[in-house]
Amino acid sequence: MIELRHLTRVYAGVPVVDDVSLNVPEGEITALVGTSGSGKTTLLRMINRLVEPTTGQVLIGGQDVAGQPVHLLRRRIGYVIQGVGLFPHHSVARNIATVPRLLGWPPAQIGARVDELLQLFQLDPATFRNRMPHQLSGGQAQRVGVARALAARPDLLLLDEPFGALDAIGRARAQADLRGVQRQLGTTMILVTHDINEAVQLGDRIAVMDHGRILQHDRPERILTDPATPFVQALIGPGERAFHLLSLSAVLGMTQPGQAQGPAIPREASLRDALAECLWSGRDALPVEGGGIVTLAALRAHARQAPE
Amino acid sequence: MMSRPGVLFALLGIAGLFLPLVHLRPNRIVPGEGITLTAGFATGPLIAVGLAAILIAGCLGRWSPGLRTAAALLGLVGVISSLGLAAGHLLPKGNGLARVAPASGFWLLLAAFAFMLADGLTRLRPSVAASWLILAGVLVLAAALLGSGMLDQVSVMREYATRRGPFLAETQTHLALAFGSLGLALAVGLPLGVAIYLTARARGPVLTVLNIVQTIPSLALFGIMIPLLGWIATLPGADRLGVSGIGSFPALIALFLYALLPVVSNTLSGLQGVPLPVREAALGLGMTRGQLLAQVLIPLALPSLLAAVRIVLVQNIGLAVIAGLIGGGGFGTFVFQGLNQTAMDLVLLGALPTIALALLAGIVMDLLLGMSRGAQA
Repeated sequence: MIELRHLTRVYAGVPVVDDVSLNVPEGEITALVGTSGSGKTTLLRMINRLVEPTTGQVLIGGQDVAGQPVHLLRRRIGYVIQGVGLFPHHSVARNIATVPRLLGWPPAQIGARVDELLQLFQLDPATFRNRMPHQLSGGQAQRVGVARALAARPDLLLLDEPFGALDAIGRARAQADLRGVQRQLGTTMILVTHDINEAVQLGDRIAVMDHGRILQHDRPERILTDPATPFVQALIGPGERAFHLLSLSAVLGMTQPGQAQGPAIPREASLRDALAECLWSGRDALPVEGGGIVTLAALRAHARQAPE
Repeated sequence: MMSRPGVLFALLGIAGLFLPLVHLRPNRIVPGEGITLTAGFATGPLIAVGLAAILIAGCLGRWSPGLRTAAALLGLVGVISSLGLAAGHLLPKGNGLARVAPASGFWLLLAAFAFMLADGLTRLRPSVAASWLILAGVLVLAAALLGSGMLDQVSVMREYATRRGPFLAETQTHLALAFGSLGLALAVGLPLGVAIYLTARARGPVLTVLNIVQTIPSLALFGIMIPLLGWIATLPGADRLGVSGIGSFPALIALFLYALLPVVSNTLSGLQGVPLPVREAALGLGMTRGQLLAQVLIPLALPSLLAAVRIVLVQNIGLAVIAGLIGGGGFGTFVFQGLNQTAMDLVLLGALPTIALALLAGIVMDLLLGMSRGAQA
């Protein structure tokens, strides 16, 4: 578990991060969301000590990070940034091998690990191993960046606006990839984003930050249905919250017995997809692949504020 | 289609054909009479027609770059051989005093074909490997021309013949001055550049001081070295380290000081050119400061560092001539002796190798630079 205790960082007398305490559970994705200048990036960078806290502590597995040599600490924590920052003079394989090389792994083991990661991110090792970063598309470079951060099997991965430079299609794909990899590896991840949509898509938990403080830290459905402050409510956007909420659950959990007309919807489709399909095809119920139906009435009941 | 540069080169070269190719002088100091290529020796008119044909054909836009390059090389060989042939033909037998010196026509023809060669090479856009081969070929050709004895009767070579020993010694000194000052500047400038990259506060003062040094006129800087180092030389033990106020040592120090600004400022700009996310990623992944420098920053700054080496090498090969003034040796020795004796042939004996050396250093460094950029593309 990662525990942040009363973290404060002051720049020129102004607290950028102000007495933040936060518990990040293992094996989950925690999304830090907020506007620019909310202190979310500074908070993230205090975890791997790219920024030293003015006061407060960061504990990883019960150990204070302040007591450890900083380069050794960082080799155990994956780090992905918006610009990706691949080393332009190194091949894809050499980039991914950065931390294993720093740790002195045997070359054969490094080679095997590089190929394993390239496959994990659906990049054919034979094709991509020897490419140089300038020969990659934005999405490919971003995946290599995440692969590089995961190379030495860190227990914790920090991501700072990792998909900020990608177009909408590339971003959706990268988000799905990250979700899949996280499910597969069980790595604890802390993701900084200004995009509430991304936070809802990826976060098992969301921490909303403003002016250096955490306003609310909870599961996405709680943040959506029960925002703690007007700021959190504004960040979600009243026009979007019903759809965000529907996007969190799959059709699978809402299936009821019955018969419905028309083409079936996949079981893993989100409720948001199901609603869109109902509206578009003018049906009140959709058959679900593998049996059962999902009804418009059930979707409506799901997409509303929590009862007082 | 006409080739516009080709027309310019043709005008230049054809003017050269009508001007005297050589000056025939009774001895090395008095002025002599000008003799054109056509009048210089038996096959002169034939060669003149050949050169004119190349120049006129060069005006045609259709010529392929390869053909243009080859023709230019042929022209250069023709012009230089003519000089040798004219000297051999015109020099009275058994007269050790008379001189046949290259004159305006020769220089114009040489320039015309050199420009044509440069133009052809630019259009040819050879790969780096091919460029090395071409350079090696040109060097072999130059060595063959000089070694053949064909040019031995030309005034500059007559000066060389009587000074073979000193010439070799001064060549060594010149190279030692240029490369030694470069080595010193790298040894001091690289760490200094890295240091001011890491501590922004020191950046302004260091660059200001180096800028001031750079603006001191070379003659003045060499001059200042004499009393300054002369004083330091009086300190105990200084002479054992080779410190002296006059000779190669002050020249070396002056060249070193000139070299420092390009090395330091290019190191700094090379390091600053490394994108911020790359730096951040390197640190975030757990590189120590040393690893960041050695594995990321310096390799990425390498093209900028090589550019500094190029600037310094070409600059110092030229500036080292001034060392001749303060007894520092090098090709400058011949230049200043020649000026004192109004013996232009002797001046050329110092100036020509300096130009050739600077040109060669520039080309070699450009090729290395191209390779380093290609490697990281």
